[in-house]
Amino acid sequence: MRPALSTFVALLCLVLILPIGIVIVLAFSGGTFLKFPPDSYSLRWFIAFLGDERWRASLWSSLEIAVIACAVATLTGFGASYALVRGSFRLKKLVLSLSLLPIIAPTIVTSIAMYYVAARLHLVGSLVWVGLCHAVIALPVVLLILIAALQSVDPDLERAALSLGCGRLRMLRKVVVPLALHGIVSAALFAFLTSFDELVIALFLTDASTQTLPVRIWNSLHLEVEPTIAAVSAFLIGVTGLVLALDALLRRRARVG
Amino acid sequence: MRGAPPDRSVLLLLPALLILALIFLLPLLWFFVRTLLVEIEPAKLPALFASVLSSRPMRIALVTTLWISLVVTAVTLMLGYPLAYYLASRSGIRFSLVIFCVIVPYFTSIIVRTYAWMVLLGRNGVVNQLLLGAGLVARPLPLLYNLLGVVIGMTYVLLPYMVLTLYAAMKGIDPSLLRAARGLGAGRFYAFRRVYLPLSLHGIVSGSLIVLIVSIGFFITPALMGGAGDVTVAMLVERAIEILIDWPSAAIMSLVLLAATLVLYALYGRLTDVRAMLEA
Repeated sequence: MRPALSTFVALLCLVLILPIGIVIVLAFSGGTFLKFPPDSYSLRWFIAFLGDERWRASLWSSLEIAVIACAVATLTGFGASYALVRGSFRLKKLVLSLSLLPIIAPTIVTSIAMYYVAARLHLVGSLVWVGLCHAVIALPVVLLILIAALQSVDPDLERAALSLGCGRLRMLRKVVVPLALHGIVSAALFAFLTSFDELVIALFLTDASTQTLPVRIWNSLHLEVEPTIAAVSAFLIGVTGLVLALDALLRRRARVG
Repeated sequence: MRGAPPDRSVLLLLPALLILALIFLLPLLWFFVRTLLVEIEPAKLPALFASVLSSRPMRIALVTTLWISLVVTAVTLMLGYPLAYYLASRSGIRFSLVIFCVIVPYFTSIIVRTYAWMVLLGRNGVVNQLLLGAGLVARPLPLLYNLLGVVIGMTYVLLPYMVLTLYAAMKGIDPSLLRAARGLGAGRFYAFRRVYLPLSLHGIVSGSLIVLIVSIGFFITPALMGGAGDVTVAMLVERAIEILIDWPSAAIMSLVLLAATLVLYALYGRLTDVRAMLEA
């Protein structure tokens, strides 16, 4: 029984991680078509990716949209999670369920509604509008991380600051933000990642000049499975890896500190 | 000593509620009201609903969507349960290795994960190269651009949701209960079936509901990995807009997707207290 479970888990873990590993290996292939394992290795597909003006433009769009989404979701999410953790008001459950709705509602439905509005307000192609739409999708992620982080902040410290004459906003800035900093940075990282990786909303809301990386991958996949996509995919995997590594580092710091 | 910060903290909710209302709820409301109540005559609405819902493409798409969603939910549960059990009962390096293999795909872009499986399953893909090379098959197996491909791709994308939900539930199970059952003479399997399985039941239900909710509206993976005939409701919605520019039909099909999702979410909220997250 025990060895059977371990073997099963080991095999499943391989199936989970190998596809990602294979894409990374293929990205470094030297050949003109995808063969695994590659006959030779090179950086040519990364050069093709970063040397192409259109791929570079997509990278910039992705970055700009993700920065807007990250800033809006983290700022509004911090306020909301503080209110949800500390506030004593009714309808808490309703407010939380409501703010989780954007990740529950089918993205295709949300996207076409956002597209419908954008088309009437001439916002299709606007980086700011996509960024705001992504912020709504990133908000639940921020809330879940920050609610957990704020629960670990001792409310007595806040009361102490207040009773010593500290103003409420100053208390937030001087007591809560520093104590929950690891959570806030984590939330911001995952908000950034949520937007950077998002496809369906961006597919409807961007135009030829503002396409994000996932949208360009989607368009290329309909044409041909060219190795440049492997390099772009490896790049996106790298961004995910970076976010996860930073998050792990922050957790360790928080535990030690 | 002053009491807990009073209710003025509710004000801090406002910015989040504002963007939620303006950028999420308002567009949905605007879209449904305009397309279904303003731009067409109200009297024609029931007939339009009937014709869209009973149309042949929609009937086929509904069956396809339901079939894919149920199969994917069942497969992720069967694969995810032992994996979550392993995670809940191990610590140290084994735990870290397994959770790494679950978390990395979970946070990798869905388009990248789908692309990875297209590379693996294609006619000249890695799997077929290996099978042909080993002499196990005479010609490449059709693994992509059919329902099998969709199920494999979606299972891969959704398995982490299932595992993490199950793990959260199993972590709360006191391991000494299993030991007690064993000590009282229950066999390993009997103890599992009578003690562990019932205690993990709410995890099974929540995990299945989450996977079902996500798969019903799933668009990317079926669109890329399915065959020409494998059209889900979400794909039909996209086609209604991109190709047919038929907003009323798109709205009706969206309403079906949204209603199904909200019913399942309400069920999920009933069975797993959302507020538990606030008190955890």
